[in-house]
Amino acid sequence: MIAVENLRKRFSGPSGVVQALDGVSLQVGEGEFVAVQGPSGCGKTTLLLIVGTLLHPTEGKVCVGGANPYELPLDARARFRAQTIGFVFQQFHLIPYLTVRENILAPQLAVSDPAALQRADDLLRRFQLADRARHTPDTLSTGERQRTALARAFLNRPKVLLADEPTGNLDADNAEIVLRGLADFARDGGAVLLVTHDARAAQYAHRIVRMKNGKVLPD
Amino acid sequence: MNIFHLAVKEILHRKLNFALGLLSIIAAIGVFVGALTLLKIHDLRTHQILEAKETETRMRMAALEDEMRKAMLNLGFNIVILPKDVNLTDWHADDYAAKYMPEDYIEKLAKCHLITVQHLLPSLQQKIKWPEQKRTVLLVGTRGEVPHLGAGPKKPMVEPVPQGAIVLGFEIHQDLGLKVGDKVTLMGREFTVHKCHDRRGNKDDITVWIHLSEAQELLNKKGLINAILALECQCAWANLPKVREEITKILPDTQVIERASEALARAEARIKVGEEAVRSVEQERQNRLRLRTEREQFAAVLVPTVMIASALWIGFLAFGNVRERRVEIGILRALGLRSRQVLLLFLSKAVVMGLVGGAIGYGIGYYGGGLVGRSLEHLGTSESVPPGLFDWKTLALAMGLAPLLSAVASWIPAVLAVQQDPAEVLREE
Ligand SMILES: Nc1ncnc2c1ncn2[C@@H]1O[C@H](COP(=O)(O)OP(=O)(O)O)[C@@H](O)[C@H]1O
Ligand SMILES: [Mg+2]
Repeated sequence: MIAVENLRKRFSGPSGVVQALDGVSLQVGEGEFVAVQGPSGCGKTTLLLIVGTLLHPTEGKVCVGGANPYELPLDARARFRAQTIGFVFQQFHLIPYLTVRENILAPQLAVSDPAALQRADDLLRRFQLADRARHTPDTLSTGERQRTALARAFLNRPKVLLADEPTGNLDADNAEIVLRGLADFARDGGAVLLVTHDARAAQYAHRIVRMKNGKVLPD
Repeated sequence: MNIFHLAVKEILHRKLNFALGLLSIIAAIGVFVGALTLLKIHDLRTHQILEAKETETRMRMAALEDEMRKAMLNLGFNIVILPKDVNLTDWHADDYAAKYMPEDYIEKLAKCHLITVQHLLPSLQQKIKWPEQKRTVLLVGTRGEVPHLGAGPKKPMVEPVPQGAIVLGFEIHQDLGLKVGDKVTLMGREFTVHKCHDRRGNKDDITVWIHLSEAQELLNKKGLINAILALECQCAWANLPKVREEITKILPDTQVIERASEALARAEARIKVGEEAVRSVEQERQNRLRLRTEREQFAAVLVPTVMIASALWIGFLAFGNVRERRVEIGILRALGLRSRQVLLLFLSKAVVMGLVGGAIGYGIGYYGGGLVGRSLEHLGTSESVPPGLFDWKTLALAMGLAPLLSAVASWIPAVLAVQQDPAEVLREE
């Protein structure tokens, strides 16, 4: 489902060139849950954004759901992203002026599907957010926020789920809800790429990939 | 849920940002509509003022014309056409001309449709010693007016004296004890008294009038006359050179004398009053025009200044809004929104701001402009602004201009939002 090969990403900033990724190859199959671990600055987020079709690699092959998204024109790639990929971030990134239900429905702005309304209600129940449906993010606990973000990532039934430190700001109970949500997604046939420091990830992930200095360490 | 829904939700969420932008739209459209309203009031008032002045002038002129007509009737003939070589000193001393001209001159004049003179009256006059009565009288032979050929028939100013009849001035019938119907002999010919005039206090009191042909026979001047009396038409009053030119063109060996009279002087004064009124309307029109130009020039500076300031302010606010929403834009892009949708999100906000601001700005400009216009035109509160102030065109213009203004002002910030790299914000921890 996800296949990257010999991925390189160079950033040239004011303080010189940074080699964020230096020949990363990685596969995540259908129904597979892979966790990426490594010290801060080793290139985890960069890898995630490249797989997420949001960041052009400097070199290397990217294949998501059988297609190279970077060969698509911008609008087509946006549509591809909306249909194929779900994101979860450490900072939740909810839209502050929308209610929980509206936040969950936000992916419908990109591709609209009448059945999504029903799915949104199902997700609200599944993540125990039904009584929060009409609340805005600023009135929610961090756990509720991340559950809302997770529900949003699920709405369009993507094939791939990309999560960047989703449990970093959560208490143990909510971290488990999120990790279990990711595991369930994989069990239902999706591919999960999780970037985390969280040791509990090992209990849910099928495989742990370790990175350092923009390289994947051998097992 | 759609982009527009999202835009409205954001507006309700960040009310201050929206309100600040709204205020500046209201100010821009308010000033714009206010200026248009003021100018409109100006035009309507100008119309009112000039209309009133013109009505007043028309009424004065009508009254004037009426008085002139009356004055004309009292005026009598004020033009005398004499043979050219008559010495005017003698003419004034003797009351009649000692030179003669053919009677058919009068037909010549009548045929030429002169517009400057009317009521042509031929006469043969001579001061004589009335042999039978042993007294001096002015004998006037007259035959009634010669109508202009082609000109409409005019009511004659004098009744002609019939053949065999005599009309007597006051002193004469008083002295001789004559009355209408009496018979009297003049130079051997018998006449019947046709009319006895009341005292006029001038030479008419010692004048006797008989028919022209009889006078010609008695004075042995067959086919001759020595004066043509006429009345200047209204159009030529106080314009003797023109009258003179017209007449002497037709009758080269004549001269034209205008007898000034009090009635004429009055008429002249009234004509001047009329001209003055016309000039005063014209002057008022010029004043109003100058005032309008001044106001227009002021508006031409004020309106664009406020518009530009408003656009800059809206652009500044929109720029702040885009910066504040960086993460939101990034996440929307991650969710798969296309660049067009992001642009639409920001422009929808601008258009909503424009429509709301345009409507409020129009209301304020319309009523504010009305109030200012009222005080500028020195209208009391009870006096209404002239009707016809409201017009759909201004409203449509305001409602079109306002969203355009805010959309154009927000354009660059919206494009910056579109161009923002989502990866940049999403990696921030
Ligand atoms: N836009 C950028 N410009 C310059 N350097 C960058 C940029 N983005 C990331 N980097 C650098 O690339 C390296 C990898 O970053 P990142 O993928 O965020 O690491 P991680 O998520 O593993 O902490 C870091 O050294 C970071 O400073
Ligand atoms: Mg990171």
